[in-house]
Amino acid sequence: MDQQVKDKIENEITNNEVCLFMKGTPEVPECGFSMVVTNILKSLKVNFKGVNVLADQSIREGIKTYSEWPTIPQLYIKKEFVGGCDIIKEMFENGELKKYLQDKNISHKQ
Amino acid sequence: MTMQLKEIESLIKDTFPDAIVEIQDLAGDGNHYSATVTSSQFVGKTKIQQHKMVYDSLKGKMGNELHALELKTKEKNGPTS
Repeated sequence: MDQQVKDKIENEITNNEVCLFMKGTPEVPECGFSMVVTNILKSLKVNFKGVNVLADQSIREGIKTYSEWPTIPQLYIKKEFVGGCDIIKEMFENGELKKYLQDKNISHKQ
Repeated sequence: MTMQLKEIESLIKDTFPDAIVEIQDLAGDGNHYSATVTSSQFVGKTKIQQHKMVYDSLKGKMGNELHALELKTKEKNGPTS
Protein backbone atom coordinates (compact mmCIF):
# COMPACT_ATOMS: atom_id res chain seq x y z
CA MET A 1 0.00 0.00 0.00
CA ASP A 2 1.58 3.28 -1.04
CA GLN A 3 2.15 6.12 1.41
CA GLN A 4 -0.48 8.37 -0.14
CA VAL A 5 -3.26 5.83 0.49
CA LYS A 6 -2.00 5.23 4.02
CA ASP A 7 -2.02 8.98 4.67
CA LYS A 8 -5.59 9.26 3.37
CA ILE A 9 -6.74 6.45 5.69
CA GLU A 10 -4.89 7.83 8.72
CA ASN A 11 -6.25 11.30 8.00
CA GLU A 12 -9.82 9.93 8.14
CA ILE A 13 -9.37 7.95 11.36
CA THR A 14 -7.46 10.78 13.02
CA ASN A 15 -9.93 13.54 12.16
CA ASN A 16 -13.06 11.54 12.88
CA GLU A 17 -13.52 10.02 16.33
CA VAL A 18 -15.97 7.50 14.92
CA CYS A 19 -15.10 6.54 11.36
CA LEU A 20 -16.91 3.87 9.34
CA PHE A 21 -15.35 2.62 6.13
CA MET A 22 -18.43 1.45 4.28
CA LYS A 23 -20.03 0.82 0.91
CA GLY A 24 -22.23 3.79 0.11
CA THR A 25 -23.04 6.63 2.49
CA PRO A 26 -24.77 6.72 5.90
CA GLU A 27 -27.83 8.13 4.13
CA VAL A 28 -27.70 5.59 1.27
CA PRO A 29 -25.79 2.45 2.31
CA GLU A 30 -25.11 0.21 -0.70
CA CYS A 31 -24.51 -3.08 1.11
CA GLY A 32 -26.51 -4.95 3.73
CA PHE A 33 -23.60 -5.25 6.13
CA SER A 34 -22.75 -1.55 5.89
CA MET A 35 -26.42 -0.76 6.50
CA VAL A 36 -26.51 -2.88 9.66
CA VAL A 37 -23.61 -0.96 11.18
CA THR A 38 -24.93 2.47 10.15
CA ASN A 39 -28.32 1.60 11.67
CA ILE A 40 -26.65 0.54 14.93
CA LEU A 41 -24.68 3.81 15.13
CA LYS A 42 -27.78 5.85 14.29
CA SER A 43 -29.86 4.03 16.91
CA LEU A 44 -27.20 4.91 19.50
CA LYS A 45 -27.23 8.54 18.27
CA VAL A 46 -23.48 8.39 17.62
CA ASN A 47 -22.01 11.04 15.33
CA PHE A 48 -19.84 9.30 12.77
CA LYS A 49 -18.12 9.84 9.42
CA GLY A 50 -18.97 7.41 6.65
CA VAL A 51 -16.11 6.89 4.22
CA ASN A 52 -17.54 5.49 0.97
CA VAL A 53 -14.97 2.96 -0.25
CA LEU A 54 -16.92 2.55 -3.48
CA ALA A 55 -15.91 6.12 -4.35
CA ASP A 56 -12.18 5.39 -3.96
CA GLN A 57 -10.82 1.98 -5.02
CA SER A 58 -7.44 2.70 -3.44
CA ILE A 59 -9.07 3.12 -0.01
CA ARG A 60 -11.31 0.10 -0.61
CA GLU A 61 -8.24 -2.12 -0.96
CA GLY A 62 -5.91 -0.08 1.26
CA ILE A 63 -8.11 -0.29 4.34
CA LYS A 64 -8.09 -4.10 4.14
CA THR A 65 -4.30 -4.09 4.20
CA TYR A 66 -4.15 -1.37 6.85
CA SER A 67 -6.46 -3.23 9.26
CA GLU A 68 -5.45 -6.71 8.15
CA TRP A 69 -9.19 -7.33 7.77
CA PRO A 70 -10.55 -8.70 4.48
CA THR A 71 -14.00 -7.16 4.33
CA ILE A 72 -16.00 -3.95 4.43
CA PRO A 73 -17.48 -2.35 6.60
CA GLN A 74 -14.79 -1.53 9.12
CA LEU A 75 -15.42 0.62 12.18
CA TYR A 76 -12.71 2.74 13.79
CA ILE A 77 -13.22 4.53 17.11
CA LYS A 78 -10.50 6.93 18.26
CA LYS A 79 -8.07 5.45 15.71
CA GLU A 80 -8.69 1.88 16.96
CA PHE A 81 -10.16 -0.83 14.75
CA VAL A 82 -13.23 -2.12 16.60
CA GLY A 83 -14.52 -4.65 14.08
CA GLY A 84 -16.60 -5.47 11.06
CA CYS A 85 -20.34 -6.09 10.87
CA ASP A 86 -20.39 -9.37 12.84
CA ILE A 87 -18.41 -8.04 15.78
CA ILE A 88 -20.20 -4.67 15.96
CA LYS A 89 -23.58 -6.43 15.82
CA GLU A 90 -22.52 -8.86 18.58
CA MET A 91 -21.13 -6.01 20.73
CA PHE A 92 -24.35 -4.04 20.23
CA GLU A 93 -26.52 -7.01 21.18
CA ASN A 94 -24.57 -7.84 24.34
CA GLY A 95 -24.14 -4.23 25.49
CA GLU A 96 -20.37 -4.15 24.93
CA LEU A 97 -20.61 -1.43 22.29
CA LYS A 98 -22.35 1.00 24.63
CA LYS A 99 -19.73 0.31 27.30
CA TYR A 100 -16.96 0.79 24.74
CA LEU A 101 -18.42 4.15 23.74
CA GLN A 102 -18.64 5.18 27.41
CA ASP A 103 -15.06 4.12 28.08
CA LYS A 104 -13.88 6.13 25.06
CA ASN A 105 -15.99 9.21 26.00
CA ILE A 106 -17.96 9.10 22.78
CA SER A 107 -21.33 10.84 23.15
CA HIS A 108 -24.25 8.49 22.53
CA LYS A 109 -27.82 7.85 23.60
CA GLN A 110 -28.00 6.72 27.25
CA MET B 1 -16.75 -17.00 -8.20
CA THR B 2 -18.31 -19.07 -5.46
CA MET B 3 -17.40 -21.60 -2.78
CA GLN B 4 -19.03 -24.84 -1.73
CA LEU B 5 -20.09 -25.33 1.89
CA LYS B 6 -17.90 -28.41 2.26
CA GLU B 7 -14.85 -26.50 0.99
CA ILE B 8 -15.31 -23.79 3.62
CA GLU B 9 -15.75 -26.42 6.33
CA SER B 10 -12.62 -28.35 5.37
CA LEU B 11 -10.49 -25.21 5.12
CA ILE B 12 -11.57 -24.17 8.64
CA LYS B 13 -11.04 -27.68 10.01
CA ASP B 14 -7.53 -27.79 8.53
CA THR B 15 -6.62 -24.93 10.85
CA PHE B 16 -8.92 -25.86 13.73
CA PRO B 17 -8.90 -29.69 13.93
CA ASP B 18 -10.85 -29.67 17.21
CA ALA B 19 -13.46 -27.20 15.96
CA ILE B 20 -17.19 -27.64 15.83
CA VAL B 21 -18.14 -25.92 12.58
CA GLU B 22 -21.78 -25.14 11.83
CA ILE B 23 -22.32 -23.59 8.39
CA GLN B 24 -25.51 -22.48 6.67
CA ASP B 25 -25.94 -21.43 3.08
CA LEU B 26 -27.95 -18.21 3.40
CA ALA B 27 -28.82 -17.56 -0.20
CA GLY B 28 -28.15 -20.76 -2.17
CA ASP B 29 -25.76 -18.83 -4.41
CA GLY B 30 -22.49 -20.20 -3.03
CA ASN B 31 -21.60 -16.70 -1.90
CA HIS B 32 -23.50 -15.95 1.31
CA TYR B 33 -22.95 -18.21 4.29
CA SER B 34 -23.21 -18.00 8.05
CA ALA B 35 -20.83 -20.00 10.23
CA THR B 36 -20.33 -20.64 13.93
CA VAL B 37 -16.88 -21.95 14.82
CA THR B 38 -16.21 -23.30 18.31
CA SER B 39 -12.60 -24.10 19.16
CA SER B 40 -10.25 -24.23 22.10
CA GLN B 41 -7.79 -22.20 20.01
CA PHE B 42 -9.93 -19.10 20.66
CA VAL B 43 -9.44 -19.21 24.42
CA GLY B 44 -7.83 -15.95 25.63
CA LYS B 45 -8.10 -14.28 22.21
CA THR B 46 -10.08 -11.10 21.46
CA LYS B 47 -13.05 -11.29 19.08
CA ILE B 48 -11.03 -9.54 16.39
CA GLN B 49 -8.19 -12.04 16.78
CA GLN B 50 -10.64 -14.97 16.71
CA HIS B 51 -12.31 -13.74 13.51
CA LYS B 52 -8.93 -13.01 11.90
CA MET B 53 -7.85 -16.58 12.68
CA VAL B 54 -10.90 -17.90 10.82
CA TYR B 55 -10.36 -15.50 7.90
CA ASP B 56 -6.72 -16.59 7.69
CA SER B 57 -7.81 -20.25 7.61
CA LEU B 58 -9.80 -19.44 4.45
CA LYS B 59 -6.50 -18.69 2.68
CA GLY B 60 -7.40 -15.39 1.07
CA LYS B 61 -10.86 -16.46 -0.15
CA MET B 62 -12.71 -14.23 2.32
CA GLY B 63 -13.82 -11.11 0.49
CA ASN B 64 -12.95 -12.73 -2.85
CA GLU B 65 -14.49 -16.09 -3.83
CA LEU B 66 -16.43 -15.87 -0.59
CA HIS B 67 -18.39 -12.62 -0.65
CA ALA B 68 -20.20 -12.83 2.66
CA LEU B 69 -19.67 -14.93 5.77
CA GLU B 70 -21.66 -14.05 8.84
CA LEU B 71 -19.29 -15.33 11.47
CA LYS B 72 -19.66 -16.21 15.14
CA THR B 73 -16.79 -17.64 17.15
CA LYS B 74 -17.03 -19.40 20.50
CA GLU B 75 -14.35 -20.55 22.92
CA LYS B 76 -14.41 -24.25 23.63
CA ASN B 77 -13.25 -24.84 27.21
CA GLY B 78 -11.88 -28.36 27.49
CA PRO B 79 -13.02 -31.49 25.65
CA THR B 80 -16.41 -31.85 27.35
CA SER B 81 -18.07 -28.55 26.45
